[in-house]
Amino acid sequence: MKKVLSRIYLAFIFILLYAPILVLIILSFNDSKTRAKWGGWTLKWYQQMLLNADIMAAFRNTLIIALLSALISTLLGLLAAIGLNRMKRKSTRTVIMSALNIPMLNAEIVTGISLMLVFIAFGQFLNHWGYTIAFGFGTVLIGHITFNLPYTVLSILPPLSKVNVSTYEAALDLGCSSRQAFFRIVFPDILPGILSGFLLAFTLSLDDFVITHFVKGPGFDTLSTKIYTEVRKGIKPEMYALSTLLFVSVLALLLIFGRSRNEHKAASEKPVA
Amino acid sequence: MKKHNGLINGPYLVWTAAFIVIPLLLIFYYGLTDKSGHFTLSNIAEMGTPERMKALWLSLILSLLATFICLLMAYPLAMILAKMKTAMGFIVTIFIIPMWMNSLLRILAWQTLLERNGVINQFLRMAHLPEQHLINTPYAIGLGMIYDFLPFMLLPIYNSLLKIDSNVINAAYDLGANRWQTFWKVTFPLTLPGVISGITMVFVPALTTFVISDFLGGSKVLLIGNVIEQQFTQVGNWNVGSGLSLVLMVFILISMALMNHFDKSDEGAAGIL
Repeated sequence: MKKVLSRIYLAFIFILLYAPILVLIILSFNDSKTRAKWGGWTLKWYQQMLLNADIMAAFRNTLIIALLSALISTLLGLLAAIGLNRMKRKSTRTVIMSALNIPMLNAEIVTGISLMLVFIAFGQFLNHWGYTIAFGFGTVLIGHITFNLPYTVLSILPPLSKVNVSTYEAALDLGCSSRQAFFRIVFPDILPGILSGFLLAFTLSLDDFVITHFVKGPGFDTLSTKIYTEVRKGIKPEMYALSTLLFVSVLALLLIFGRSRNEHKAASEKPVA
Repeated sequence: MKKHNGLINGPYLVWTAAFIVIPLLLIFYYGLTDKSGHFTLSNIAEMGTPERMKALWLSLILSLLATFICLLMAYPLAMILAKMKTAMGFIVTIFIIPMWMNSLLRILAWQTLLERNGVINQFLRMAHLPEQHLINTPYAIGLGMIYDFLPFMLLPIYNSLLKIDSNVINAAYDLGANRWQTFWKVTFPLTLPGVISGITMVFVPALTTFVISDFLGGSKVLLIGNVIEQQFTQVGNWNVGSGLSLVLMVFILISMALMNHFDKSDEGAAGIL
């Protein structure tokens, strides 16, 4: 009896989760402009989407920003983890850690607004010397690095703090330079943390809408902001086609990379909307 | 090693100061001054207009309800999933996959279902039942929140259930506790850190969202996130926008303080990872 009940419950949640996605997928093949009617099967929305230069540019931007922001935030996060790990005074360390964690704990809308305000303020400041700040690729990249940073630090710091200092010192005693000792002793131990921090940052960046929305400026779009403007204008069937393609690629990637990773991502991600 | 300290600590400290601390201070500056830069509390008092109070109340009620319903739905699901054999691991993946889809597209899916000419009303019409007014209501927004954030409640609870040593549960049974007692005295307290990070990961984004209400509430139902977003992107009054953000941050701080009070593990932000 209990088993039957739990099966029914699983099925209920399964339908709740997948029915909306299934509807999007079916509608992406609907050969009728209004959703009210079923006009037969078609692939024209896929064709239109792939030929839409704006959507393709947004797609490119999303990938480049995700890759660059993940790389830079991992590098900054590595430095931060090493620096924080070395710090002797616990109080200083706590203060810096709390500051680093603000973007993770604060509402995304506040982080987005505060970044927008600071870019405008920097812009006014630079104006005295005749420089300007253009909202677009650069500001979005900085925004993404900023909200990724706490996640990369928190991925690298725990394995780093477990590294045995004596082994590192032994390497130094045996004639390694501090750089050699770092790359031969410490680095292999923290590599999994670095990689998971990188992946986490990459996926967070891919998904972000709110912060991008405030710091992007007109004329620059990632997929999320593109979807937002398209949907507000009135739904375009191209968006259904895009959802289907994204869903299928996510499915394929997960099947390839296995399951352990999603659990990690999910446990640490912050919802987007 | 001393000489490297500046090189290691420099980059991330500058980054944290420039893009996390100063931006936040700017919100305080704008929120507490008027257009000419004089100190004022009027931006915060702006929250008192009936329209904004209504949006704030609605946000609080909807986000609390959504968090509670997510918890009620996710806990049994997590228990069922945690009991499954590892060979059935792919079932867990099935419940996580939707989270990997762009959250705007997930909300778009619900818009498609709930619209006046949407899928649900189509079915009702076919069955000769009266059409329902579903979209642009607070219910639609609440539904969107639950759908969008359910996985963020599920995963932390699932992970904390997996960590429980089955010997502890067996010991409780051996000592004469029934199922109910074992659950409330052993299982639930052990999963409390997971429950708490689930609650924060659902409540804060739900309280501050403006996308879900944009897509499912039309322009008819406003949440506090919409009010603030409009101040920055449409009205262009940064002072009032920042003042309202400060009020919003008070609620976020209250929720964090409450959660810290219940979560004795004292790991703070680290608990999310």
